[in-house]
Amino acid sequence: MAADSYDDVAKNKDSIPSLEVPPQDLYHAKSWWTKYIFCQDAKVIGIQYALTAVAIGMVGLVSSWLMRMQIAFPGVIPMEAGAYYQLVTMHGMIMVVYLLTALFLGGFGNFLIPLMVGARDMVFPYVNMVSFWVFFLAVIILAASYFVPGGPTGAGWTLYPPQAITSGTPGGDGLGIVLMLVSLAVFVIGFTMGGLNYVITILQARTRGMTLMRLPLTVWGIFTATVLALFAFPALFVAGIMMTLDNMLGTSFFMPAIVEFGERLTYDGGSPILFQHLFWFFGHPEVYIVALPAFGIVSDLISVHARKNIFGYRMMVWAIVVIGALSFIVWAHHMYVAGMNPWFGFFFATTTLIIAVPTAIKVYNWVLTLWRGNIKLTIPMLFAIAFIITFVNGGLTGLFLGNVAVDVPLSDTYFVVAHFHMVMGIAPVLVILGSIYHWFPLITGRFLNERLGRIHFWVTFIGSYSIYFPMHYLGFMGVTRRYFEVFEGDNFTYSIIGINQFITVAALITGAVQFLFFYNIIVSSKFGKKAGKNPWKACSLEWQTPDVPPTHGNFGKDLPVVYRWAYDYSVPGADKDYITQDTPPSAVANAKAEQT
Amino acid sequence: MESNQNVEVIVPEKQSFSKEWASDQKAFKGVPWGKAMMWIFLVSDTFVFSIFLISYMTVRFSTKADWPNASEVFGLHVGDYNVPLLLIAIMTFILITSSGTMALAVKYGYEKNRKMCGYLMLATAVFGASFVGMQAFEWTKLISEGVRPWDNPFGAPQFGAIFFMITGFHGTHVTIGVIFLFIMTRKVFRGDFDTGRRGFFTSQKSNYEAIEIMGLYWHFVDLVWVFIFAFFYLW
Repeated sequence: MAADSYDDVAKNKDSIPSLEVPPQDLYHAKSWWTKYIFCQDAKVIGIQYALTAVAIGMVGLVSSWLMRMQIAFPGVIPMEAGAYYQLVTMHGMIMVVYLLTALFLGGFGNFLIPLMVGARDMVFPYVNMVSFWVFFLAVIILAASYFVPGGPTGAGWTLYPPQAITSGTPGGDGLGIVLMLVSLAVFVIGFTMGGLNYVITILQARTRGMTLMRLPLTVWGIFTATVLALFAFPALFVAGIMMTLDNMLGTSFFMPAIVEFGERLTYDGGSPILFQHLFWFFGHPEVYIVALPAFGIVSDLISVHARKNIFGYRMMVWAIVVIGALSFIVWAHHMYVAGMNPWFGFFFATTTLIIAVPTAIKVYNWVLTLWRGNIKLTIPMLFAIAFIITFVNGGLTGLFLGNVAVDVPLSDTYFVVAHFHMVMGIAPVLVILGSIYHWFPLITGRFLNERLGRIHFWVTFIGSYSIYFPMHYLGFMGVTRRYFEVFEGDNFTYSIIGINQFITVAALITGAVQFLFFYNIIVSSKFGKKAGKNPWKACSLEWQTPDVPPTHGNFGKDLPVVYRWAYDYSVPGADKDYITQDTPPSAVANAKAEQT
Repeated sequence: MESNQNVEVIVPEKQSFSKEWASDQKAFKGVPWGKAMMWIFLVSDTFVFSIFLISYMTVRFSTKADWPNASEVFGLHVGDYNVPLLLIAIMTFILITSSGTMALAVKYGYEKNRKMCGYLMLATAVFGASFVGMQAFEWTKLISEGVRPWDNPFGAPQFGAIFFMITGFHGTHVTIGVIFLFIMTRKVFRGDFDTGRRGFFTSQKSNYEAIEIMGLYWHFVDLVWVFIFAFFYLW
């Protein structure tokens, strides 16, 4: 159908279909408390989520500094082995669950979903508000574990029993492990409230014309990740309850008969492997809960800043969905050395390697979107390109580790540390940083400082490679992770010590430059260059709000009507190089846009 | 079907098997937000209970001691006879009955029959409360016989642990359901759903759909009980 056949329709106002979605009653803030603290506006809730996640994330960052100091320069900061394990554990748990999950789904999800699908707010704003405060409570409980006798748990972020709840492990016989488990359970409850909201808002509250296949990929990524979380977190929740009972009541779900310091404990007949299965049934989807929103967001960043439609939109959507589905049947590749039946390993190696197919589709499509695009090397674009490179690096080492025969010798070495930091640490963080530069003008109406931003990008990018690239070599040399000291001795260990010192210096610098970024955010939100409306000339709905920054209710009097997908950039025949989603066909009659 | 034709123009017809789901505005046509949300919550909760039950099976195989004989442990003495599963049969019967009254309450709710709806909601709540009461009785009996989460006289220590954990978790679900049933009963009798009075917390308008959403939850809790019954008392 040629574009001009839309004309009669667009002229005739009556032809716009009626709203299937009922008009929403919003609770407008009446006081300072309901405007900034107990706020029901998803945008404010998103910012609350983001700030809380980043605040606890700083604890994780400083933990990594202290760990690196101990590995490279032992004695500079006096530390016992137990304290080191506590740092490892809290760093891992905070970064994966409380920073990345909360920031992507709670932060970006809340802020972007209603704006991008053209809704006034989440479908249940009150539940959404409670979701944040339950998350906040979980963070408080987590932080409280630093202040109990014995300190936080030092069981490693995987919390494997039996060692997690025996007295040799820091926090194992005290409150440390209990507070960790309770905090996780509370987190799951809070997340479920928010997650249901995100899913229903995307499925049932879109504006007129916004079909699922016109959603920006950001929304697809967050949507699929939320569904994964709703189905994966129950495993963590149940495992947490059972381990709490093992610890507090002396049940033996996970605890076999054990002799500790010559003393026979009362436990008998439990299955530690069961915990590993439950944990990784949560833990592997968790990787994609962090990765899929990053996939979605980076697609949008690349498309906007390369002024080109995303290559293979449908395949991008299906790839996200397929990755999400596959992520539920690969969990035991984390357990190749746990003593499973080898046929299990064969099955899980196969499913794991199959995931490389949809993932490769995504990477090719990102690269093909860049190909012959009008690439603007803005800061978000720099971060997006850095993401692609980092993700390919981390993904390739994943193919090594997915094979049983290769994984067994590399298990628990720094090679694994390098792999997962590249693919689910650095890669998503690069997207987060890029998207903050991208959406900051929408949130505050001002740009972040360009010069500081470029310094921030280059130091972060080169710094993170300096940290994690040498770790691959450490892994091949057989350096075991979670050892709190590398013993001095022959020439072999000298080279390890040298690499470790290099990594530590890089880590300190890379961490420090993030504080420059925070400085930039604080100063620019007050004194930054004014951005005005739609500064990146983006097509998607969040930039088309009547007020910038968008107010409560998002779209003023009338909700927008959507006529096209979110990627009509550089359309031949159009007078601008972008056609926003709410532009009717009659307004761009000469454009040779395909129907979407 | 006039409006459909207009939708066709705004959203051009596509040849795709995802057409229906990917359609305009709503993926599930005519389904209110609350109902869709409850369904997805229940799928998530299904995962919780499935994982509980799978863990139960795993632990039952991993423990070295013999698993207690269900018909002995859960038997009741009536006169001189040990009647196996008597209490559980009554509890199950009551819970299934409450599902029936709940379904009728939904029917009368949509017919705007306020009184009948309210009475049936009340009956459901009372059935639910008596279920919880009998569960408390069963717990008391087992505890008095020496069953503890960490130990029991009948066999594998995991028996007590799993039993108290899973029935406790299910009982918590029932209890939460009963509390909300009583709240909803009050709302029905007060006429909230007829006048569209706004909720205390949410300030959203009340609607008889709330009864159906409540019903979804209640049927789910019953269905879970059927599985717990089968895996615990019959295996």
